[in-house]
Amino acid sequence: MTCPQPPAERTCSAIVRAVFVLIVGCGRVGSAVAKSMLAEGHEVSVLDENPEAIALLNRGQESSWEDQGGSFTVGTALEIDALLAAGVEGADAFVASTDGDNTNLVIAQIAQRRFQVERVVVRVLDPGRAKWYSEQGLQTVCPTQTAIELLEAAVRGQVRFEGVSG
Amino acid sequence: MYVLIVGAGKVGWNLARELKEKGSEVTVVEGSRRRYETVEEELEHAIQFGDGTELWILERAGIERADLVIAVTGDDEDNILICQMAREKYGVERVVARCNNPRNLQHFELLGIKPAVSATDLILRLIEHEVPQYGLVHLLDLKEERLEIIEMEVTSGSAADGIAVRDLDLPDGSLVISILREGGGFVPTGESVVKGGDEVLLVLDIGLEETVTERFSRRVETAGADARP
Repeated sequence: MTCPQPPAERTCSAIVRAVFVLIVGCGRVGSAVAKSMLAEGHEVSVLDENPEAIALLNRGQESSWEDQGGSFTVGTALEIDALLAAGVEGADAFVASTDGDNTNLVIAQIAQRRFQVERVVVRVLDPGRAKWYSEQGLQTVCPTQTAIELLEAAVRGQVRFEGVSG
Repeated sequence: MYVLIVGAGKVGWNLARELKEKGSEVTVVEGSRRRYETVEEELEHAIQFGDGTELWILERAGIERADLVIAVTGDDEDNILICQMAREKYGVERVVARCNNPRNLQHFELLGIKPAVSATDLILRLIEHEVPQYGLVHLLDLKEERLEIIEMEVTSGSAADGIAVRDLDLPDGSLVISILREGGGFVPTGESVVKGGDEVLLVLDIGLEETVTERFSRRVETAGADARP
C-alpha cells in the first residue's frame, strides 16, 4: 500500500505534515472527512461495522478507496481487536463519527485514555452531552448546536445562506 | 434511599420491585414506549418514559438526589455513560452497571465504572462453584487490594490432613480464616486440626493459589500406600 503524494499545487498552510487519521463510523460525515483527509495527503483508515459502507468512500471517485491508498476495516467500534486492526495504536488523530452519540463518546475516551491518541474528535448530536463532555476534555463537535446557532444568525439577518453545494 | 434505575427490562423491573419492597424510593427510566406502558401498569408513577442517556431525562428523574444509580439497559455504551455522568456530573456516590458483553468489561474498568456486573461472568462463577476445578472456588476477588478469598475441600491423605493450622506450613500471604465441618463452621486457632473432608476458607495474596491448593488437595504419595480410587 502506497500513500498518494499530496497535490503539489495545494497551498493549505495549515497542513504541516501528513498524519495518520483513524475514522470510526463511515456514514455521510465520516466518509466525507475521510475523503478530504486522503486528498490532502494524509494516511486514512476507516472502520465501520457495515461492509457496504465502503461504497460511500468510492462514490464519485475515479479509482477505488483502496487504490487511492486508503484503508477500510469492517468491525464493531467497541471491539478492541477491530480498533487494533484499523491501526488505532499508530493513530495521530481519531474521529468518532458513528451514528450513536454514546458509542462515539465511549470509543473516543478509549482512544484518548487507552491508546493515547493525541487528537480525538467526537461527533455528538445531543447538545447537552456534547457540552458536558467538552468540559471534561473531549473535543466534541455538535452538528445540532451548530445548526441552532447558524439558524438563529440567519433569522436575525446576521448571515445569509445561498444554499449548500455538494 | 433513593434509587434511580435506567432500563426497565427484566433486570430493571425486578430490581425496582425488590428495592421498593425493601422500602427504597425508586424511579425507573425506560426508553421504549411499549415497554414503558407494560411496566407502568405495575409501577405507576415510579416509571418515566425517556432516553436515560439524555441529561434532562436524568434530571427530571431526580438523579441529583439519587443515592444509587443502576444502569441496566441492553447497551453497554449507554450503561457506561449513564454511570459516568451520574458519578462525575451529578455526584452520585454509588453506581452499579450491567455489562452485557463480557468483552466490554475492560471499557467499564478503563472509565472507572464499578461495579460492573456481567451475567455471563456470574454464571461462569456459578458453574465454577458447582463444578469446581481442583475443588477450588473463588468466593471473592479483591482485584485492587490484590487479595482473594477461596474455598476448597481438604482431600483425605493430603499434606494438610490431620495437621494443626499452625503446622500447615503455608506460604506467607495466606491465612486459614474458617473451617467448615459437618454443616457448621468455625474460625480456627493455631491448634485447630484440619481433617480430610473439611472445607477450608483462606484469604490469599493473588498468585499463591497453586501452592496452597497443592497442600490441601493433592494426596501425598507414599511408597506402598494403598491406592484408593
